[in-house]
Amino acid sequence: MAQFLKRFRYHIAVFLAVAGPGFIAAVADNDSGGIITYSQAGARWGYLPLWTLLPITLVLIVTQEMGSRMGAVTEKGLAALIREEYGLRVTFVMMTLLVLANLTNIMAEFAGIAASLELFHISRYVSVPISALAVWFLAVKANYRSVAKIFLFAGVVYVSYVISGFLVKPDWKEAALYTVKPVLMLDESYIYMLIGMVGATIAPWMQFYLQAAVVEKGVTAKEYAESRIEVIVACLMTSVMAFFIVVACAGAIWSVHPRDLHDAKTAALGLKPFGDYAELLFAAGLFNASIFAASILPLSTANAVCEGMGFEAGVNKTFREAPVFYWLYTLLIGIGAGVILFPGFPLFNLILWSQVSNGVLLPLVLIFMILLINNPRLMNEWTNSRTANAIAWFTVVVMIGLTLALAGTSIKGIG
Amino acid sequence: MAESFLYFTELLNLPVYDLKHRRIGRVRDAALVPLVHPSRVDRFLVGAGSVWFSVRYDQISLIGLDGIQLSDEKLFPYHSDEYMLRMGRDLLDQQIIDVNGRKVVRVNDVTLEVQRASGFDQLYVKEVDIGLRSIVRRLLQGAVPRKLIRAAQQPIAPNSIPWDFCNIVEADPQRRLRLNISHDKLELMHPADLADIVEELGPAEREAIFETIDSEVAAEALSEMDSKTQASILESLEPDVAADIVEEMSPDEAADALGELEEETSQEILEEMEQDDKTEVTELLEFEEDTAGGLMNTEYASLPDHATVADALVLLRENEELLENLNLVLLVDAEGRLTGAVHLARMFLAAGETTLKSLAQDPLISAPVDMSQKRVTELFDKYNIFTLPVVDKQRILSGVITADDIISVLRQK
Repeated sequence: MAQFLKRFRYHIAVFLAVAGPGFIAAVADNDSGGIITYSQAGARWGYLPLWTLLPITLVLIVTQEMGSRMGAVTEKGLAALIREEYGLRVTFVMMTLLVLANLTNIMAEFAGIAASLELFHISRYVSVPISALAVWFLAVKANYRSVAKIFLFAGVVYVSYVISGFLVKPDWKEAALYTVKPVLMLDESYIYMLIGMVGATIAPWMQFYLQAAVVEKGVTAKEYAESRIEVIVACLMTSVMAFFIVVACAGAIWSVHPRDLHDAKTAALGLKPFGDYAELLFAAGLFNASIFAASILPLSTANAVCEGMGFEAGVNKTFREAPVFYWLYTLLIGIGAGVILFPGFPLFNLILWSQVSNGVLLPLVLIFMILLINNPRLMNEWTNSRTANAIAWFTVVVMIGLTLALAGTSIKGIG
Repeated sequence: MAESFLYFTELLNLPVYDLKHRRIGRVRDAALVPLVHPSRVDRFLVGAGSVWFSVRYDQISLIGLDGIQLSDEKLFPYHSDEYMLRMGRDLLDQQIIDVNGRKVVRVNDVTLEVQRASGFDQLYVKEVDIGLRSIVRRLLQGAVPRKLIRAAQQPIAPNSIPWDFCNIVEADPQRRLRLNISHDKLELMHPADLADIVEELGPAEREAIFETIDSEVAAEALSEMDSKTQASILESLEPDVAADIVEEMSPDEAADALGELEEETSQEILEEMEQDDKTEVTELLEFEEDTAGGLMNTEYASLPDHATVADALVLLRENEELLENLNLVLLVDAEGRLTGAVHLARMFLAAGETTLKSLAQDPLISAPVDMSQKRVTELFDKYNIFTLPVVDKQRILSGVITADDIISVLRQK
């Protein structure tokens, strides 16, 4: 037993050693929004959405790589670069949008916390305030990075989806087919799902978070090669998890009866092969994912805003030195957790909606990233390759197209 | 107009009128020519259609919120002038160093002072504005009349830095000369503050600062940073500049910094160093970073073990630079082997002819060069010591570890 523990500890140590900004961003990426969106996609549409994962992975790698490269070369955050190149007004608009989108994301994380703990019969009026306080103190008082790594490790709960994905005996032939066969429909809920899938995987806040984390870690242009590998591996990992969540839900829920998910109980069916443990596993996974992202998001948002608008920021500053930072940070958590406590708040729809707001903001963030990273004055010889540019611009066009299509179909729906 | 100040954002887009009071264009930017005057707005860049004119400060008779009145009509088209510090392009939204407040700030706006003479108004840069008030002003500018903005911003407390305390960071050395930018003001700051500031800047700006400030200040600031940042800075400098800085650092810190570099780079820097410093640092570089040898430095006071208190005082007088961190005098035998250690405080109470040997602490605590960092830390804790002598396999004194080294180790965890 002692021998086993020792080996176990060793493996954790190795894992934590390689876990850099890329990994943290990738794991935080499969947050409550991610899990629910993928589950919903599988439960409602079966294997159909799988085709999106290949292009999404490609785009994820390209965008994450761009962000970490910009961080390593300029040693400045994305918000600072936007401010220096495009002025205060543009930055202000971007930051306002980012705060709004991130606020829905933070709400979604607390909704995830509420939903997961309600499976354990813990009232949200208990779980949400306690989690909010814990998150607030975690970043301000504790050594945030070491705690983050614990959550990161707890992320292995996701492996249960891989196991489940096999145990539900999905139709592998169909799964394989739809992985490469794109299906397009001008159906409002289908487009909604597509934007959600992209928004869940490539969240705008991640671009800000990752670049800032690379700067903070002090990765330089020279050491950048290692970071690039980390980013690529982490992105692949994210997508593999997404794949199995969709497959598990398609096999366990859609094949029985295609439906929309409205609560955590049905979503937990994706882990049905675990029998009585399905809900437990699902709840543990969802809780971990939610609280991990909830502890990163408000901090990352407050940092980006202060960096862009030129306010003092950072948890190593006192409240007097950085009042705007602390107020913003506290309000984001307070509002994010507060709305969940309104009776009858539709937790599940909120989570899905947050991912769509990500998808809508994404093209805007990407446009700035592309413009910045192709500026040789900032990037020297590290500007984008033609392929990376093509993929990034293509994503922008597709996302704008999808957003317009969504707007179009919903207007038609109303009319 | 009664106000004696004008914000840069207000100046932007102000209409410019010629002698016959015809509007010829709007202000697009304004520039200082620091070689001529450090704070006077020397040029107004006026856009008329697609052409920009450059208006000199002495061609203007009146500056007000309603517009600018020229006193001269001989205007020249603007062509990029390397000697200009353009406020809109080079200052607004960029980071500058607030030397007095010891932090890096982002410029939201610039407050200009209007100095009036009869028919001859001039603008001088007074303050750089940061904080909420200037943000509000800038967001509203253009959408709301200027006078209304002034009223709207009143309730918000201003947050500005006097121009004298602003240090602009310019990475390009050529431009630095042309714009008369120096980093002298930075040398007045505490090295620890300077280190914090430099860590917030990008690599190019960082390099610029370290290239220009005094190497002693640079060394002190560098010593305050973690070794990764040290390495990336040293790497970016020319080897001879880097060598000058490394020479000023204490040998153990120099060795740590160089140890983080690639072999080739650290060799280049070592080549440029003076022989004495080079030997010391090279010796220290041999040791593993997380052992006693890697932690120690070679700045200590040692005497033969038959020496007296009087001898020790002579030694200290001759090596005043050691005093700051010294609390042990070490005793060695003829072969250089460590035989004892005497607390400085003990010597005060003893007569001049007392032998140091009789004052030596008992037991003598020392560490072998290959002792692990963890064990060394334990020794400091267990025996409550401030200085620990380090010896090699033959017990020959190699260096000392001081409490501040241990604090650095503990902080890194």
